[in-house]
Amino acid sequence: MSLLSLQRTMAKAVMQPLTPSENMSKRAPNGGPMAKYAAGFIKPNDRLTSFERLEIYNRQYWWRLMASLAEDFPGLQAILGNREFESLCKAYLTDRPSRSFTLRNLGRDLQSWLKKNPQWAGSKQPIALDMVRLEWADIEAFDGAAELPLRPAEVAKSGGGNLKLKLQPYVRLLKFQYPVDSLVLEIKRFNDDTEFLSNTFRERRKRKHVTAVARLKPKTIFLAVHRNDDSVYFRRLDAAEYGLLLAIQKGKTLGQAVNQVFGKRAMSSTADPAQITEWFRNWSTLGWFCALRSKSEKKSKER
Amino acid sequence: MPANRFNGFTDYDIGLGLRSPHYNHILSRKPVCDWFEIISENFMIDGGRPLHVLDQILDQYRVVQHGVSMYFGSADRIDRDHLRRLKELVKRTKTPWLSDHLCWGSVDGRYTHDLLPMPYTFEAAKKTAQKICDVRDYLEVPIAVENVSSYAEFHLSEMTEWEFLNEVVERADCGILLDVNNIYVSSQNHSFNPFDYVNSVPAERVAQIHIAGHSKYEKYILDTHDHPVIDPVWKLYDRAIQRAGHTATLLEWDDSIPTFREVHNEALKANRFLAKSVLARAV
Repeated sequence: MSLLSLQRTMAKAVMQPLTPSENMSKRAPNGGPMAKYAAGFIKPNDRLTSFERLEIYNRQYWWRLMASLAEDFPGLQAILGNREFESLCKAYLTDRPSRSFTLRNLGRDLQSWLKKNPQWAGSKQPIALDMVRLEWADIEAFDGAAELPLRPAEVAKSGGGNLKLKLQPYVRLLKFQYPVDSLVLEIKRFNDDTEFLSNTFRERRKRKHVTAVARLKPKTIFLAVHRNDDSVYFRRLDAAEYGLLLAIQKGKTLGQAVNQVFGKRAMSSTADPAQITEWFRNWSTLGWFCALRSKSEKKSKER
Repeated sequence: MPANRFNGFTDYDIGLGLRSPHYNHILSRKPVCDWFEIISENFMIDGGRPLHVLDQILDQYRVVQHGVSMYFGSADRIDRDHLRRLKELVKRTKTPWLSDHLCWGSVDGRYTHDLLPMPYTFEAAKKTAQKICDVRDYLEVPIAVENVSSYAEFHLSEMTEWEFLNEVVERADCGILLDVNNIYVSSQNHSFNPFDYVNSVPAERVAQIHIAGHSKYEKYILDTHDHPVIDPVWKLYDRAIQRAGHTATLLEWDDSIPTFREVHNEALKANRFLAKSVLARAV
């Protein structure tokens, strides 16, 4: 057996889902008995069979990856409940095993996978999808790149309809059907508050919390997930504010963005110039704008 | 033999793993600590708090990089994106040496995120050594490979674990990060004498030593890094220091992490053995 062949054989077994009682399946990836499969490449010792030795790695794999998803998606877990969340994670990891060297990226395909596999969230799929998008945005905003921000004075100075601005790479703009931001904030607060409570008390409060989550009513919201002083924040946006930022993020000039959101009658009846100015002042103060780099600057940096 | 070409001719003393529950204490109190070991993957990102904290730590402390996912022993090709990000971090930290594990963990581009044991074969030794050389040439920094704890052995193996380690490091001409806790854990799981292992390692290649705690179950021991170091592991450490001399030593504590002071005090127990080795060499 070559090195590659041994590694394929072991990885298939290690990545095979555990049974509901968290043991290694008695059925091997090749359809035969797992005991025979394990004995084919792993030595037994005086205390453990080949099956039991392989089972240690099988359990470690699933426990590590499930813990990582639970840490990254506590909101989704609260929405679905523990058992359903576990089933969803197992199905996701079986369909989409990690293809990145870092666990940080484990949930990056969860949104697209859940869209294609709605049965794992059942009737809660719309809110579950919203939550996955928000929790993934939270991860990306936490450690996304930041460029040198334009100071408010620089933004104001370079005014005019043809001005092109760039949003910081860590800013994420999202539209949701449910106010999932309040849920995540509630969960974060709950985790902070109950850090020192006993498990029993914690569980009781968690059950109450999950019941509250289930009562969440649909309501369209627009959100910027961003970072300030190394902490991630959720900022609710007005629909027009969201539209302007989205257009800017897509590379529109300031004039094009305003036209797109308010129509050709920009700066007329529907657009409140004072409000737009105020938004720009806020966004600049938050450091959301950075300088557009020319093609030659980009090339020289890449070199 | 404190400084050698495998640890960049440095003379580091006792260090600690940099872990997020200690960030605030370290940044606000600035405790005396000779050096910190970082998990490279935690900082191979584009921005945000982790890199901000790292830069502040780098301003005041010496930092060494330790990886968990290079998988020198995987038959897969090296992930170029991983290497590129790692090199960016090496430039940032100026790590005098870089360590990762003598194990595998990915196949056909799928990652287990575990440190899986190697089959101790000549084919595996040759391929692993080649990968270590390729990584070292790209990163331009000395490499030390760490022995892992294991819970399984393969029929395929043609030699002992320490013979395999020696075969790899001689072929790659690289250093060793000797984890004496891992030696102890594996010795209990596979019924060998851990001193045979420590006595067989080429002492001149030891760049760094790891110490840690573990968890004992009925039929095996798991390397959990969530307990103090036990006496049998300190004895192995003592023997390793007798052979390798005063060596950069790091305590790993990754789960149920106590206060910074408790972890540091546990690490400083290594001084008993380091001082003894200095005295022995002076006589």
